[in-house]
Amino acid sequence: MSSVTKAAAAPGGGARPTRRAVALTTSLLVVFLLYSLAPTWFLLVASTKNQTDLYSTFGLWFSSNHLADNFQAVWSYHDGVFGRWIWNSVLYSTVGAAGSTLISLAAGYGLAKFAFRGRGALFAVIVGASLLPSTLLAFPLYLVFAKIGLTNTVWAVLIPYFINPFGVYLGKVYADSSVPNELMEAARIDGAGEARIFVSVALRLMSTGGITIFMLDFINIWNNFFLPLFMLNGERTFPVTLGLFSWVQQAQASRDMNTLVLSGSLLSIIPLAVFMFALQRYWRSGILMGSLK
Amino acid sequence: MSTLTRPPRVATDSPVRRTSARRTGKRGAYKGVLFTLPFLIGFLATYVAPIAYAFSESLHEKKSSGIGFGPTKVVYTGFSNFAAIFADGTFWTGMLRTLLFGAAQIVVMLGISLLLALLLDGVAARAVRFFRAALLVPYVIPAVVSTLMWLFLYSPTASPILDVADRAGAHFDFFGGLNTYLSLGNVLTWQGIGFNMILISASLQALPRELYEAARLDGAREWRIAWSVKVPNITGILVLTGMFSLIGRLQLFAEPLFLRYVAPESINTDFTPMMEIFDRAFKAGDYQYAAAESLVLAVVTGLLAFVFYRVTNRKMS
Repeated sequence: MSSVTKAAAAPGGGARPTRRAVALTTSLLVVFLLYSLAPTWFLLVASTKNQTDLYSTFGLWFSSNHLADNFQAVWSYHDGVFGRWIWNSVLYSTVGAAGSTLISLAAGYGLAKFAFRGRGALFAVIVGASLLPSTLLAFPLYLVFAKIGLTNTVWAVLIPYFINPFGVYLGKVYADSSVPNELMEAARIDGAGEARIFVSVALRLMSTGGITIFMLDFINIWNNFFLPLFMLNGERTFPVTLGLFSWVQQAQASRDMNTLVLSGSLLSIIPLAVFMFALQRYWRSGILMGSLK
Repeated sequence: MSTLTRPPRVATDSPVRRTSARRTGKRGAYKGVLFTLPFLIGFLATYVAPIAYAFSESLHEKKSSGIGFGPTKVVYTGFSNFAAIFADGTFWTGMLRTLLFGAAQIVVMLGISLLLALLLDGVAARAVRFFRAALLVPYVIPAVVSTLMWLFLYSPTASPILDVADRAGAHFDFFGGLNTYLSLGNVLTWQGIGFNMILISASLQALPRELYEAARLDGAREWRIAWSVKVPNITGILVLTGMFSLIGRLQLFAEPLFLRYVAPESINTDFTPMMEIFDRAFKAGDYQYAAAESLVLAVVTGLLAFVFYRVTNRKMS
């Protein structure tokens, strides 16, 4: 879809403008390009420096290269706690997003295809809940989870990640648009049970929607800082966002931590960037779906 | 006779309803509930129960038995926490600060995104792909990491920006007074412009070309077409995006929390409502008051969302 309109946009857009207009357009774009890239460039450069160079040399250019030492220091700090954080982030994001996608698709399918009592009211509640930012509930959630002794376990973050009203909304949209009633009817006549129809017919038809929900969830969970901050106490359960924050706090006491913070930040970007690059086909449309929120 | 004609009418009515019920299946109806059940249970556990529990907590207060000594115990005090919050100047100042700052920052951010989207609409396709990818880099970077990068760029000891300024003989501070808001706003704007640019770009591309081909044939300049034809046609999405950004901004937390580490004097622990709640709960240990504050913030956010929903729905229809 987007590639078609993009191709169409090219000849119309590039046809007429004067040379001065092109120069102005390009230079404005370049200014914002530099603005967007400069901080990341700084991070890249800073990750190659040792403690003294970090403060004594110009921040946007290299001095002697200590990248390997810095990475080494990041990995070995506190018995490899950083690796553990990355692993936790991968675990929370993958399991959290997978669980939430399945629950959302099932609920969306149920809402779209079955006329049960209270369906309209339930859907209204879901739309309403999806308008509210999840951070709002973090503290009330903490109170409940602390009461039942779930805080500081993986479940304290996973269970809230599983429940995503916006995912259910998307699931219903996808079920409405991609699962034909006739097909379900035909499967029923063939004697398939409802669970079987959902698993082998509906889920397959909704797979594109499922990937989009998974991806939006994955990105949100990877970036989440708030919920883990409330729920998790022990360093070994942190996701990488929270781990980096704990290093920033320690850096207040000792400046040596700063090289760790910088190199760790650089390393933490990589998994999400790889993930988004791999799924870029989906997240273009996913972003737009997400924006409808 | 008339009493006899009535029953048939009901009878003709009910088969229709029965067939529509049979389509989804009578047993299907309860199976539909089964499909939504995992979500329903989860929703009760992670939305309804926490709110109910937070509400019951908020009706209590921690009181020390004896004269300030001895163990504390939690006693029921009715709505006294809420009464205290309504009289709590710092809480509402934080709320107002976050809203006003958020509104200003979102206007700037969306303005830049709109400018970039319009610029991209006017350059060659190959360049578009390149610029779009580069401008989206901030979106790929987790908010915590991008805040960290700016934290260093703002820090008095490591900042290359201050380094250059120093050599040029200029002295300035990223924090204090208005600068605090500019610096914080810059972080949020940096994080958001690429993403919003993509949104706006998409709605620009969805506009029918006839809309501005005519103006172009009449010899209108590109910027004129952009301003008088393209922009008025996408104000809907701009307003919508702006509103939802504002709802999100009201929960502002991580960015000011991080920047506090280089500017503790400029950014207090009650800078935003969420920071205040966090501080109240985990530093002061006053869970009951923090629970009440959470609920008040939720209600304010809900009201904001409701008003926006109403306004946009009216606009759409």
